[in-house]
Amino acid sequence: MDILRKLFPKPRRSTPASAEASVTAPLTDQQISAIMKDTSSHFEMKQLVVGAGQSIGKQREHNEDSLLALTSTISGNSGNVPFGLYIVADGMGGHQYGEVASNAAVRIMAGFILRKLHAYLYSVPSQPMQESLQEVIQSSVVEAHRFVQSEAPGGGTTVTAALVLGEQITLAHVGDSRAYSIYPDGRVEPITRDHSLVKRLEELGHLNRDEAANFPHRNVLIRAVGQGDVIEPDVVTIPFPQPGYLMICSDGLWGVVNDKDIYRAVADAHSLPRACQNLVEAANAAGGPDNISVVLVQLIG
Amino acid sequence: MDGVGFLPINYRWVLIIAVLVHLICLFWGKYSSLNVQSYFNLQNPYWQTIIVRPVQRGQEIKLDTKNITGPISTGDDSASRQQLQPGQTLVDRYNIQAVIGIGGMGSVYRARDLHFPNVVKLVAVKEMINLAPDPLIRQTIVQNFEREANLLATLDHASIPRIYDYFSVDNKSYLVLEFVHGKDLEAVINDTPGFLPEHQIINWAIQLCDVLSFLHAHKPDPIIFRDMKPSNVMIDHNGDVILVDFGIAKTFQTGQKGTMIGTEGYSPPEQYRGEATQLADIYSLGATLHHALTRRDPRLEPPFSFAERPVRRINAAVSSEFEAVINTSLMYNPAERFPSTDAMKDALMAVARKTGALSRIAPAMTAKINAIKPLWSFKCEDEIRGSALLYQGAIYIGCYDNNLYALSAADGEFQWKYPTDGGIVSRPAVYDGNLFFGSEDQRLHVVSTRSGKVVWTYFTEGKIRSSPRIAEGHAFIGSDDQTLHAVNLNSGRASWKFVTDDPIHSTPHVANELVYVGTEGGMMHAIDFRGGLKWRFQAKRAITSSPITNKQALFFASVDGTLYALDAKNGWAIWRFRLDKGSVSSPALAEEFLFIGAADGCIYCVDVRSSKEIWRFRTDNQVSSSPTIYKDSLYCGSVDGFLYCLEYRSGRLRWKFQSEGPITGSPLVFDDIVYIGSADHQVYALFA
Repeated sequence: MDILRKLFPKPRRSTPASAEASVTAPLTDQQISAIMKDTSSHFEMKQLVVGAGQSIGKQREHNEDSLLALTSTISGNSGNVPFGLYIVADGMGGHQYGEVASNAAVRIMAGFILRKLHAYLYSVPSQPMQESLQEVIQSSVVEAHRFVQSEAPGGGTTVTAALVLGEQITLAHVGDSRAYSIYPDGRVEPITRDHSLVKRLEELGHLNRDEAANFPHRNVLIRAVGQGDVIEPDVVTIPFPQPGYLMICSDGLWGVVNDKDIYRAVADAHSLPRACQNLVEAANAAGGPDNISVVLVQLIG
Repeated sequence: MDGVGFLPINYRWVLIIAVLVHLICLFWGKYSSLNVQSYFNLQNPYWQTIIVRPVQRGQEIKLDTKNITGPISTGDDSASRQQLQPGQTLVDRYNIQAVIGIGGMGSVYRARDLHFPNVVKLVAVKEMINLAPDPLIRQTIVQNFEREANLLATLDHASIPRIYDYFSVDNKSYLVLEFVHGKDLEAVINDTPGFLPEHQIINWAIQLCDVLSFLHAHKPDPIIFRDMKPSNVMIDHNGDVILVDFGIAKTFQTGQKGTMIGTEGYSPPEQYRGEATQLADIYSLGATLHHALTRRDPRLEPPFSFAERPVRRINAAVSSEFEAVINTSLMYNPAERFPSTDAMKDALMAVARKTGALSRIAPAMTAKINAIKPLWSFKCEDEIRGSALLYQGAIYIGCYDNNLYALSAADGEFQWKYPTDGGIVSRPAVYDGNLFFGSEDQRLHVVSTRSGKVVWTYFTEGKIRSSPRIAEGHAFIGSDDQTLHAVNLNSGRASWKFVTDDPIHSTPHVANELVYVGTEGGMMHAIDFRGGLKWRFQAKRAITSSPITNKQALFFASVDGTLYALDAKNGWAIWRFRLDKGSVSSPALAEEFLFIGAADGCIYCVDVRSSKEIWRFRTDNQVSSSPTIYKDSLYCGSVDGFLYCLEYRSGRLRWKFQSEGPITGSPLVFDDIVYIGSADHQVYALFA
């Protein structure tokens, strides 16, 4: 549903007369100034900047979320390679190994990916590697899956991981944590599709949006790392939103703070760590029913 | 599109019956047969314990029936009052051309998609007017509509129209679908004097069984079509069936319980009790076939009276075997009908074999292949392995007989030829009225399109099989001398040369201020405009395929059997897609799809973002030709001698044309005409 919404954005409400007259979608002054503001701050070197935030929330006794943020900048006459790895994992509620699973997943994946990329990023001469980024990130999820199965049996975790290299994001996604593109004009667009029962029912047309919002089993996943025999993450590569932000968060954030408030919290902050803290506070202000994790990344220059 | 069936009938009462028919359908929320638990009945104990509350449609909200249905029963005037006029544009995108049908909830229009400014892409826009006065109800109606549209968008079958888009504007919702050229079966029956031939109807019946089986086999839950009748079956210009109207209109009438009046001649008895299973679709298909064979409209007959008018009593030409199949499908008791549409199809196939209808179906299809006559053809003196260029009404194409030919695009008339001293296997480029092309005589030739006379030539030290790429005041071209030449268009001299380790057959691509070129040694190079290497990437075998880019990535195939997507700026591999064999074909892009041929004989369609295979189409020999996308079709040649035209979203065959030799060049399509050369020495122009 979200993907469809993204593909077919709701049209502006307009009278037929104006629809006939205008061909290009006009922007409001506010939108234009938001875009202008962002492009006016110019940086000569491309680089990633990041902020992260986490909170146990108001109602849980354990933190079952894990996150990882790693940013690397190499620039010189061999070129400029912004590299970043950002992962949010949400251990499955009620499982005794929930926190073990999410923690293991982010470390195993990061270790696996860094070992693969190390020789190509951090040695001389540098050259592109043969294995594709999608294959590497896919394998890292399989690796984490195997580890959770053997070391934390019964445990499970969501994983939403973004590998940024240059101006592309390669995402691997399992479960109901989410990645979003946030644009200066106020659009907050989900990149991932939840692997949850409620989403599935919604996509199949069994639930409408109101029914989904009140669905009693909103936290039931139909795919999770560590659960089931085979793991098949969704893997896509998309351009980094420029200007804009990449946000990865657990359902402790997106479940209680709406898109508008997410945008507000990001736009009003003067730095990304502050923006993340604002988001965490907004989720706690809304009751903080679950652990909250958020990573915000911007590609500047 | 599906409203077309109402058009030929001018009587107002028929329209009213149609409205009543829609009302009857209210009862059956489309997916009441769901077994929600079935699809998460996986091996995982985690979700086996969950009980899902059944979602009952049309029960949460009580609608004010009168206010909604009131204007509908006087449907024609309210609909026409709100009807869009030709020339009006919806959401800045769909330019309304004509009303092609009037349905219960609004009109169906033919529209042009303005997002394709250079071609005329027609779509059907189905309108649903939402007259509920209560904003909450209105919102619910729109949500129901969107949920239905979402489900439809996931159905991928040759006999189901594609959904392109949906949106709501004010009190109207719109569904944008594939425009089907053709007419509905009801119109076909009414417009045909006498009876339609049995083999024709068996052919359609088999196709309808196929599409119903597809719906019934839908996972996780079967879809029951519920509304099989002649006016919901379109016959397209190829004579194939397309099932239309998936009850979008019906979701707009959710909750109108108790308005069940009238008789719907195609529905089985149990549907009036609110039951709908696949056996209901079998009954309705039987009723549809009965109508088609007898020309007796069941809506004008007493309900469930098919047994009183056996097919052969009205149309004696029908075989008794076919009549028996129809009788079985029309049994009053569902248990006595065919257990599935697959079983019904088997019975139809058996009839077709016995009566010889099958053999009549097959030749009809071959006839379709042979029916494609070239607009014109032109014979050269040797094989054509390269591709054509169109410039100012003329076709330019090189041949293995060493000549470059200029032909009139309109009729294929010979204009001039220019001789070189070697075979020409590439595609010419044009700049400022001059043609640029390489030849196996080692030269880049520049020839005036007007006179066919040489302007200048440029020597390399090897045969040229690469096509020139013109950008930034230069012609970039590779040669067997292992060098990429950047030739200044004004001076005819090299600005720089980039030396690689292997011959270059791949055509350079220019984007992101870089020149991309592959070599027979398997190296992809990215070279800046000063001739300096930016990055390179090693494939396992030759890169003969010519790269292309989108905003994100560089795409090309290799003889190593891999389709690569590299980050165009730094050469990192984003994904690799395994082909069954190597490929020298060059990829083509449309929307989020990438298309390529391979030596395994397949044409592949791959999702650009996720590298998942969408479809593959198998030809009878290797595909060295590169696909060309035009409108919603893909054109590609094969060494089996055929030029294939496929629907690019589904990979479904539209038509194929047989030449007398392998086709290795790439089709050129312009103004609805395809130009292609073949190893049979001929250039063909065909209607796209």
